[in-house]
Amino acid sequence: MLRLERRPQPSRTWVWAAPVLAVVLTMLAGGVLFAALGKDPVAAIRLIFWDPLFSQQFAAFSRPQLLVKAAPLILIAIGLAIGFRANIWNIGAEGQYIIGALCAAAVALAFFPAGPVDARFLGLEFTMDSAPSRWWLFPLMIAAGAAGGFVWAMIPAILKTRFNTNEILVSLLLVYVAEKLLAAAALGWLRNPEGAGFPGSRNLSRFPEAANLELIPNTGMHWGVVAAIIAVIFGYILLHRHMLGFQVQLAGQAPRAARFAGVAPARLVIFCLGLSGLMAGMAGMFEVTGPARMITIDFNAGYGFVAIIVAFLGRLHPVGIVLAGFLMALTYIGGELAQFTLGLPSAAIQVFQGMLLFFLLALDMLSNYRIRLTAREVTP
Amino acid sequence: MSMPLLAIEGLTKTYPGVIANQDVSFAIGEGEIHALLGENGAGKSTLVKAIYGLIRPDAGRMLWRGAPYAPAAPHEARATGVAMVFQHFSLFDAMDVAENVALGMDSPPPIRQLAANIAQVSTDYGLPLDPHRLVGDLSAGERQRVEIIRCLLQNPQLLIMDEPTSVLTPQEVEILFQTLRKLRGEGRSILYISHKLDEIRALCETATILRRGKLVASCDPRQSSARDLAEMMVGTALQPPERAGRAEGAVLLQVEGLNLRAPSAFGTSLKDVSFAVQAGEILGIGGVAGNGQDELLAALSGEMRARNGAITLEGRPLGRAGPNTRRALGLLCAPEERLGHAAAPDMSLTENALMTGAQREGLVRGGFIDWTRARGFAEQVIRRFDVRTPGPDVTARALSGGNLQKFVIGREIMQRPRVLVVNQPTWGVDAAAAAAIRQALMDLAQNGAAVVVISQDLDELLAVADRFCALNAGRLSAPRAVAGLSMEQVGLMLGGAGDMEVAADNAAETLAQARSGVVHAEA
Amino acid sequence: MIASMDLSSINPVVLAAALMVAATPILLAAIGELVVEKAGVLNLGVEGMMITGAVTGFAFAVATGNPYLGMLAAVAGGAGLALIFALLTQYLMANQVATGLALTLFGLGFSALLGQGYSGVSPPRTPRMDFGPLADIPVLGPILFRHDPLVYVSLIIVAAVWWFLRYSRAGRILRAVGENHDAAHALGYRVRLVRVAAIAFGGACAGLGGAYLSLIRVPQWTEGMTAGAGWIALALVVFAAWRPWRALLGAYLFGGIVTLQLTLQAAGWRIPVEYLAMAPYLVTIVVLVIMSSGRARRTLSAPGSLGRPFHAAG
Repeated sequence: MLRLERRPQPSRTWVWAAPVLAVVLTMLAGGVLFAALGKDPVAAIRLIFWDPLFSQQFAAFSRPQLLVKAAPLILIAIGLAIGFRANIWNIGAEGQYIIGALCAAAVALAFFPAGPVDARFLGLEFTMDSAPSRWWLFPLMIAAGAAGGFVWAMIPAILKTRFNTNEILVSLLLVYVAEKLLAAAALGWLRNPEGAGFPGSRNLSRFPEAANLELIPNTGMHWGVVAAIIAVIFGYILLHRHMLGFQVQLAGQAPRAARFAGVAPARLVIFCLGLSGLMAGMAGMFEVTGPARMITIDFNAGYGFVAIIVAFLGRLHPVGIVLAGFLMALTYIGGELAQFTLGLPSAAIQVFQGMLLFFLLALDMLSNYRIRLTAREVTP
Repeated sequence: MSMPLLAIEGLTKTYPGVIANQDVSFAIGEGEIHALLGENGAGKSTLVKAIYGLIRPDAGRMLWRGAPYAPAAPHEARATGVAMVFQHFSLFDAMDVAENVALGMDSPPPIRQLAANIAQVSTDYGLPLDPHRLVGDLSAGERQRVEIIRCLLQNPQLLIMDEPTSVLTPQEVEILFQTLRKLRGEGRSILYISHKLDEIRALCETATILRRGKLVASCDPRQSSARDLAEMMVGTALQPPERAGRAEGAVLLQVEGLNLRAPSAFGTSLKDVSFAVQAGEILGIGGVAGNGQDELLAALSGEMRARNGAITLEGRPLGRAGPNTRRALGLLCAPEERLGHAAAPDMSLTENALMTGAQREGLVRGGFIDWTRARGFAEQVIRRFDVRTPGPDVTARALSGGNLQKFVIGREIMQRPRVLVVNQPTWGVDAAAAAAIRQALMDLAQNGAAVVVISQDLDELLAVADRFCALNAGRLSAPRAVAGLSMEQVGLMLGGAGDMEVAADNAAETLAQARSGVVHAEA
Repeated sequence: MIASMDLSSINPVVLAAALMVAATPILLAAIGELVVEKAGVLNLGVEGMMITGAVTGFAFAVATGNPYLGMLAAVAGGAGLALIFALLTQYLMANQVATGLALTLFGLGFSALLGQGYSGVSPPRTPRMDFGPLADIPVLGPILFRHDPLVYVSLIIVAAVWWFLRYSRAGRILRAVGENHDAAHALGYRVRLVRVAAIAFGGACAGLGGAYLSLIRVPQWTEGMTAGAGWIALALVVFAAWRPWRALLGAYLFGGIVTLQLTLQAAGWRIPVEYLAMAPYLVTIVVLVIMSSGRARRTLSAPGSLGRPFHAAG
């Protein structure tokens, strides 16, 4: 009979081997799934994991996309991971991401040059004759995005500290509220006045001071990537060098010991939820001003949820999260390729991502437990 | 000699890396109270689990009235006639007594009828218990009664009791012993597990002594001295803790009218707790578990806040200060629960050293952790307190109870506290480690610190403390000098009657004064 | 739907009848989760199990032309997904919160994949119960006696769960396992087996709740159609303080709010639809706050081992 025996120390090998094995198993299971859908499994896996990076045909377009997709995932996942380590479960990052984007877009549109200027932005001869350069607008928008996400995350944080309300449920329910707000904005107060009644805001990429443009052409490198890099470094230092990070982990592993060590649980809740909300809000800001270009009804693409997978797959460790973020970005991009070329349904990629998390959680056991074959013992 | 009720022959059980029982043989007669004696880790629990069908031995056999007996599960053991009262009760706080009893039976009658049975048995055996009360509201002694009644309703031939008196006051122990003697009178057998020698000598006619999984001796405890039994159990002659006499010091910690509401539904509120500890003194706080010990420690450590003036350290009010402010000023604590409270199980010893040593040892600068120094501090604790571990990178969970306790207490002592408060410093710790910990606490007091020891182990308190007081239902009795304190007085204090006795003393005194007044008048 | 033009034309009888229909899916999901939590397990995957039930139920009902076979398939689908949760959390010791989230993410994707080609399809109609003359009682008739069978099934399940937990021996064991799994283990009860059974029951109920949405309430299949109903069901368990009849009360209160909100939308209130549509989520949050702040009461009723992993040592 198989028995699980707890290891005295978590196995270092398995901590990192488990996610790799989980990816391999997901590819196998995904292959079976694709075959069941009537697609060539080998071709599909190749299209998802190989072609976006190395095929002559797609790589030129896909490689920059990797940074574009990975940056928000990593940025959000770093914030979530810090909270998860403290056993504070912000699963409403999607909502904070939406609110961040809305706030940033609102600031941008508030400063949108008056009058019918759209056409002039297209021409190279355009000069802002009257107004001085508004270099402060983009930083202001970043601040607005971060503040939006922060405030949205403060709702579950304050309710938890004041009323002992479950932050999982509140943060999640607020995603739906945020989605409705997004719809209301796209249809109402942020709607493009020149959009002929179509839902959605003005196109922010036509507004250089408010646009998150590619910093280096054809690399996908934009300000969101810079923010993600800073977040990774920040997360690493916080978790491994700073007392606050130590307290976060202590609170997650042994809450009573944390209180004994002087950690104030309420402050930690505020910190963890606030930080993850802030990062998710910033991710939303960089997305709406960059790749998405404008507020639309379905502007959010589920990054806030997929970032949860990224955080776990990356072992809640900043370096791991970078790797996991790229892998998940790859499944997005590869999934789109497979959709165009093989007609693979987009939902199949969602299933694929869900399976990855299942396999990871299942294999996680190997780092904390040893499997032993024993004679049957009475353990009722 | 007639056939024994249960004969155990050559029983062996090994776990990876540990031999829990090796070739153990003994027999329990009918109508006998049989003691199973041994230190923590001697293999008593494993042996008992085998008898109760919770584990299967690797080798050896058991005979029940001469017939082979190999229970594969507890219900088979129960069907044979074996019942067990666990050391840690298998009770459910949010359910009532009757439901709890029903859960321990294989085919319980309907609840209403069961409640009547419980009332019947509880009066028959002198164990009063209301079947409709919520178990979470019961005292430790009453909770044990639930367990015993649960067993008695199955009409067992062999009742196993695992350390039954560890949670009882001396008076409650006496009630329990009467019940057990009554059961013996009915021809039932009892396997009584304990490491308390006086109890065994008072109650049992046969004793089987285990040490490191092996049978050391079988004897009649009434014929052996407590000292002989202790040496058989431990293997070496034990040294009682030593200390020189002590001078009166200044009051370091003063607690005055401390009131605290229980943090949870089944916790205990502290009511008007007052005491003072001097430099160089050890104050022992006794009491049965669940009478406010955890709450008192939390109030002193700063995990729970009180009125600011309720706690003063060297004249400085601290009741509202957090744990780290108190640490910085020299009030240090070591809670009872090692894993999860005093230490984080899955963190390394270095991280656990950092946990409370960050400030006083200067392990953090500007918020950034100096891992080299933290590791150095952990290594110092390991070295000075003889913590047996491969090194400071090992997780706390991997240490034995005694070693982790030495680490936890050592971590605080190494920080040179002005006042140290410890809760159950030697609970579940082997004798050698317990002796080392007690010695360290006494040395600390010797060097001018004030020490508060909260413990359920009266022998321990009477051995190390200068003054003794008792916690009962969240109230603390007035402290008394340990010298000259009788066990009976201690028992009364634990039962909450200490103050009444003091009142009686006072009354007697006033009476005496009145009389002498009369004498004077007559003169 | 209700097509009244102004507030005065809102018919309270129609409203009350619609309330029962609106409440039934979350009631089913909540009563299942209540049993799971009573056994000491927190399964956050209710949303995923619901939507899986919604799509499997829909697909089977369309394929067989029989709504009841569809409901059975939904029960199997929800329970099947729940068993993955049980395997991961009870046998592979995975974190319950993370696994629950995984279940939801997977369920949403899986249902979208299965549901392809079903949008715009009409499912076979589920006939209403025929209570004969009872249905003609004024006021009470239309409110209580003109529903589909599942409304009554959900009430029977609530009653059965109440009886089971309160009076049956198995229910007592289940509560014991949820209250203190170490003690239950020491008494010889099979903690994991009890929990797996509870988890499967919870999944079956959530699946049935999902099928109610796709086969009766809407009735149609759209991606993500549960729209947070699973999460609201989780909140409902907290509201109910782990008591079945309070779950019923909570579900019907909630159904009332949803129905009122929809009625106001239809009545052409001057508030944009999006804001009205936030109401159920906001109300749920408010209720959570009210229920959670009564600290002592909550600690008394929450199962003692809720969410804690169980590993039998030695």
